[in-house]
Amino acid sequence: MSKPQSQNESIGLIALMLTIIRRDLLLAVRHAGQWLNPLFFFVIVVSLFPLGVGPGPNTLAIIAPGVLWVSALLATLLSLDSLFLRDRRDGTLEQLVLSGHPLSVIVIAKVLAHWLLSGLPLLLISPLLGVFMQLPVTALSTLMISLFLGTLTLSLIGAIGAALTVSLNQSGVLLSLLVLPLSVPVLIFGAGAVVAAASMLPVLGHLSLLAAMFALALALAPLAAAAALRVGVSAGS
Amino acid sequence: MNNTLEAKGVTIWRGETLLLDAVDLTVGPGEVLQLAGANGSGKTTLLGALCGLAELDEGEVHWNGKLLHKDRAAFADALLYLGHRPGISGGLTPVENLELFCALNGGDAANIESVLDELSLGLQSMLPCRVLSAGQQRRVALARLRLQQRKLWILDEPLTSLDTAGLDWVRTRIAEQAAANGSVIFTTHQVLNLDSVPIQTLHLEASA
Repeated sequence: MSKPQSQNESIGLIALMLTIIRRDLLLAVRHAGQWLNPLFFFVIVVSLFPLGVGPGPNTLAIIAPGVLWVSALLATLLSLDSLFLRDRRDGTLEQLVLSGHPLSVIVIAKVLAHWLLSGLPLLLISPLLGVFMQLPVTALSTLMISLFLGTLTLSLIGAIGAALTVSLNQSGVLLSLLVLPLSVPVLIFGAGAVVAAASMLPVLGHLSLLAAMFALALALAPLAAAAALRVGVSAGS
Repeated sequence: MNNTLEAKGVTIWRGETLLLDAVDLTVGPGEVLQLAGANGSGKTTLLGALCGLAELDEGEVHWNGKLLHKDRAAFADALLYLGHRPGISGGLTPVENLELFCALNGGDAANIESVLDELSLGLQSMLPCRVLSAGQQRRVALARLRLQQRKLWILDEPLTSLDTAGLDWVRTRIAEQAAANGSVIFTTHQVLNLDSVPIQTLHLEASA
């Protein structure tokens, strides 16, 4: 008796997640700046480095993993404040909280939509920028895998920060202060994986740790963000 | 008590100000309650407290005799909350906005077009909501009253920026809801009279 009911419930939840993702993507298509800004930021910062440090292939190859990863991290941070703030301003957030559905599931849907708009474009353009930064071609696949796991984790961690600052109207600096310390491990192992790949060393250790961090963030971040959103909504009403 | 919202001694401080001082209220099936009071007397905060959004400093809110946060799912299934910010995204069309509501808390998505027609928004149903006037955006939010069958309506300023036709439409909906043994709690600064149902009024004093 209870089993088909819970099955129906989970089908309903998945349908709700798809509706929320579809809505966020639709909104992003109509405000292209929202997903183009982080991408432009990523491309511009990476392409400024050869101009700043000189185009010597050896120098560039040494700094490439760090530059690519730091730029991806900052680009993700830049896109975070749009995660819940717009929904809070127009009152959608209150409706999401009151809907009676598990808020953490709604948070996962919002984070997934956010990653499709900010992480995925970075991921797709990263091989091009890697070649641009003289990264060995053999390291490109590791760059993409590490960015895939890393940007997902960063979006999840960022959701906690975005939820904690949702009742503030200007969240920029505080949000970065909250999220940066938590994202340092991701940066270390993400860039470490690419450095190892460029030196022909085994990368599985780094990538496994990145995957572990992703699993941990996926399990805990939605719960933390949901709790923070409830507080944020009550503080503003 | 079935389908009754009961608040006992709701007290909320905002910093050093006592905003709500031990407010008691009961709304049962078929009853309509208007919250009255000057600007800043805490009407919106009280509505937030009644639907479980705002934290109470003291007091309790019960639905069906159970504390709100003890039985959130049952209350969520009974509640239609239309906030001061109605949850309409400017980038989406009225139809897309209402589809999200129907996915979130149930409702007849197939009827969206006909309800919009009824609210004379048929021609605007494919335009993004940000190009609509304030009154038209309010109408989009109010379409939920028709789409979602709920026991308890909590409406914050539902009449703001509506014209007389829109006002009549809301009045009819509230009367229907009361006739169907639903409950309505709302705030407004306008005078609203229903022929069929008496409107109870609760006056909130502005804090000194």
